[in-house]
Amino acid sequence: MDQKHQEDLSHIRSMMERSSRFISLSGLSGVFAGLFALAGSIYAYQLFKNNGIEYFDGRQKMYSYDLIIELVFIALAILVLALGSGIFFTLKKSKKFDLPVWTNTTKKMLLNLAIPLFVGGVFCMALLYHQLFALIAPVTLLFYGLALINAGKYTFSDIRYLGVGEIILGCISLFYLGFGLVFWAIGFGILHILYGIIVFKKYK
Amino acid sequence: MGIIDKLNKDFESRVRLGIMSVLMVNDWIDFTEMKSLLNITDGNLASHSSSLEKSGYIEVKKEFVGKKPKTSYRVTNGGRTAFVSHLNSLEKLIKSK
Repeated sequence: MDQKHQEDLSHIRSMMERSSRFISLSGLSGVFAGLFALAGSIYAYQLFKNNGIEYFDGRQKMYSYDLIIELVFIALAILVLALGSGIFFTLKKSKKFDLPVWTNTTKKMLLNLAIPLFVGGVFCMALLYHQLFALIAPVTLLFYGLALINAGKYTFSDIRYLGVGEIILGCISLFYLGFGLVFWAIGFGILHILYGIIVFKKYK
Repeated sequence: MGIIDKLNKDFESRVRLGIMSVLMVNDWIDFTEMKSLLNITDGNLASHSSSLEKSGYIEVKKEFVGKKPKTSYRVTNGGRTAFVSHLNSLEKLIKSK
């Protein structure tokens, strides 16, 4: 009898969790997103070098139009790869645990993630338009962090710590303009990998 | 055995317990989503949800989305109170052992 009551309680707990949080998010997608971001940063650094720009010399730099277009394409390619691996590992995990993916909770989480990201995206396009390139890296980190905190209500709360990390990094980078690539590599690369490993171990 | 009497017979089945748990932390949930969350068959969900409705614990809404009928569930205030007191007696039972 006691056994049954214990099982009832754990059943209740798991049904509440399953239905109100998006728990198919895999830590592996964080690790892969981070690896893609690091690879992209190294590629961008090489690209600067090939264009005769020494990134760490501390001097004000002038970027050609072609170079900026190429950098934007690298960033978009990383985004697509990171999102793709996120979706891939999520579907894999949900199959493994027999969890429904496209639920109300998923939709709510995506909406909460998308609103700050969309505003951040428009903000960055405005910065590109006004040629305020140095501010782009801090702004992407800040809005991404806000988006994660916002979405944290509907998934593992650990994602909020990642969001806080991104925001702190974004705030610091506001005062070290011109080192956007370094902050990007830390924020989108190293923080993602750390987060991914922690979550993967915790919810395996 | 005073405490045992307080356990709600309506929540004895796992399926009903599951339906109530899901509805406690969500607003309207439709039939298909509930079915996949609980991993049960159509008939199973239909019979348990209608008995919960009869007891006044949940509210059922039927509407048409395009040409498809859609059924959604929501917990009532009475259902919320009943479920919380069921949870409390479950907890007490386990603690008293």
